[in-house]
Amino acid sequence: MSIPAVPVPMESPRAPWYRRLPVISHFNKSVGLQRGMLVAGLVLTGAFVLTALLAPLLAPYGFSQLSDDDGSFPTQQAPGGKHLLGTTVSGYDVLSRVIWGAQTAILVIVVAVAMSIVVGVVLGLVSGYIGGWLDRILVVIADAVYAFPSLLVAIVMAIVISGGQSSLVGGIFAAGTAITLVFIPQYFRVIRAETVRLKAEPFVESAKVVGASNIRIMSRHIYRNATRTLPLIFTLNASEAILTLAGLGFLGFGIEPSSAAEWGFDLNKALADTTSGIWWTGLFPGMAIVLTVLGLTLVGESINDLNDPRLRGRKSTGGSSPAPVDTAAIATEVRAS
Amino acid sequence: MTTLIDAPPSDADGLLPATKKSSGGGLGQYILIRFLLIFPTIFILVTMVFFLMRITGDPITVAMGGRLPADQLQERIQAAGYDRPILVQYFEYLGQLATGNFGRTLTDNRAVVEMLTTYGSATLELSINALLVALLVGIPLGLVAAHRRDKAADAVLRVFAILCYATPVFFAGMLLKLTFSVWLGWLPVAGRAKTPSELALTSLEAPTGIYWLDALRSGNMAALGDVLAHAVLPAVALGLLTAGIFLRLVRTNVIGTLGRDYVEAGRSRGVSEYRLVTKHAYKPALIPIITVMGLQIAVMLGGAVLTEITFEWKGLGFQLANYLTARDFVAVQGIVVLLAIIVALTNFIVDIIAALIDPRVRY
Repeated sequence: MSIPAVPVPMESPRAPWYRRLPVISHFNKSVGLQRGMLVAGLVLTGAFVLTALLAPLLAPYGFSQLSDDDGSFPTQQAPGGKHLLGTTVSGYDVLSRVIWGAQTAILVIVVAVAMSIVVGVVLGLVSGYIGGWLDRILVVIADAVYAFPSLLVAIVMAIVISGGQSSLVGGIFAAGTAITLVFIPQYFRVIRAETVRLKAEPFVESAKVVGASNIRIMSRHIYRNATRTLPLIFTLNASEAILTLAGLGFLGFGIEPSSAAEWGFDLNKALADTTSGIWWTGLFPGMAIVLTVLGLTLVGESINDLNDPRLRGRKSTGGSSPAPVDTAAIATEVRAS
Repeated sequence: MTTLIDAPPSDADGLLPATKKSSGGGLGQYILIRFLLIFPTIFILVTMVFFLMRITGDPITVAMGGRLPADQLQERIQAAGYDRPILVQYFEYLGQLATGNFGRTLTDNRAVVEMLTTYGSATLELSINALLVALLVGIPLGLVAAHRRDKAADAVLRVFAILCYATPVFFAGMLLKLTFSVWLGWLPVAGRAKTPSELALTSLEAPTGIYWLDALRSGNMAALGDVLAHAVLPAVALGLLTAGIFLRLVRTNVIGTLGRDYVEAGRSRGVSEYRLVTKHAYKPALIPIITVMGLQIAVMLGGAVLTEITFEWKGLGFQLANYLTARDFVAVQGIVVLLAIIVALTNFIVDIIAALIDPRVRY
């Protein structure tokens, strides 16, 4: 009775990932750790998304607010009292800026990941399917960009787009586009490799025989099959987008403090405070980055593990199926960039 | 490093299914082809960086605009040749690069090459130190995690690995600084050495620029201690970033090799678990690390930029940040191009090492 119950929900590929979550409760005790990691990741990610959405309600002050009815905020005030997490050297409320920072981060993730998925997937499909000299040139370019330190690529792009400083919308698009250029090669490589493999499959040949156009084959037959690994790359990239944004902000390519709150920028300003023992200006934005990236990564890894039948099988049977070398390699490759 | 290179090729045979015999062409040919591939990579990056940077306008206007009167600005643009067609400038730039001329910085008028050699050694030292930390932390912990797979120790180490990755290197550096320098007062806050030892080391004959090496060579133990004290925190901050990746990689690969027949055979003959992990499963699992190490060089260089700013470590990254603030894009371009060359060269070397260890790579 309990035997058929386990595989059924897991085998349904059309259900979005959140529908498959209840399945975790079906797992036996041997996956307790895995379940714990997924839940922890979901809680952290959920907290991040909620904070971003509810920032106007949660934050006690505005991100660029320097005074209230009682007068100007004190500068570098230790946590406590009216300012729960203290104030910065310019008199901003740390708690408010940490909360508003979630909103900036999520906007940049959405812009960056959406743009790089669209461009990377299209280029990968076309390059892998058509092949020839176009494929070779694109591969060489993608490899060159891929091998290069992503932060430097982002710096160059940030210089190009904004010349450094910008408003909220401009800044988010500048950071987003800078990060996009870093990510495109990743999507490109994964999708292209899958496309090249799928191109040789019998169902593509059948589609050709029936007279399907190249565009239809690409958009229907190959696209659907080639994009299975995307959720994993998506979560990993979302976390990397936050880190790159923070790196850019730390270098001073962030968004002006008057137009948005940005964790990396705040950390840059906090660097000078550390020598005098002022810890609260740096600790809290830094913790926000760590927890957000941690949450997203935990979700990504758990999705990866649960999607991999070999990993799942091994855990539930305790048997000796092969180790998950391939998926881990993808994850490592993605994050190693 | 030596253990990696010493790994006998025969150990690797179990890792992959048997591949086809190489169709002619030995190691020499592989090295040659791989070497020639460096040039398109560098060429593409140089081209991209050049044109992208020029979209913002000519470097002189960007750096000096608003500070110089218009006619002087025009004069300088003309003198530097930035008023010519962009393609002419591009080919001239390529020609200069080929002869090792990276131009002069705009803000402090130094030869970019000289600036690169002065500060490059500091970045090299930081990267070597960090790589040591990463290997010393990542490999043993990875072995432990693989051995204790799915146990509590494994869970803790996996979360540790993710935390290493999730913590921005400048935040890790800030926390280390706050704890060990400001509160405990054990280690210096910033810099590469105290002024006296820095003077002693730079006045040496033919210094390598890598301070601990120079201190060792000159037998200056006081300076060595000082340099090492300064090196600890930046190396740990940057090293932990990579240690997490090594940990995961070792874990995955050792688990892979632990399941192979020859390990089982060893176990059935009574080889101890400890010896199985450290001898039998460990060496073949190290081969993928070499490849990933090549990719890690890029991550490290990116991280080095941020680490150097955090610890005021006067290397390329620290200079890069200064020139970015000053909007001196000639200098920025020089640093970026140099880093591109370094990345391409290290990837080449890593591929050659991998081919030397594992003959199947030489397709």
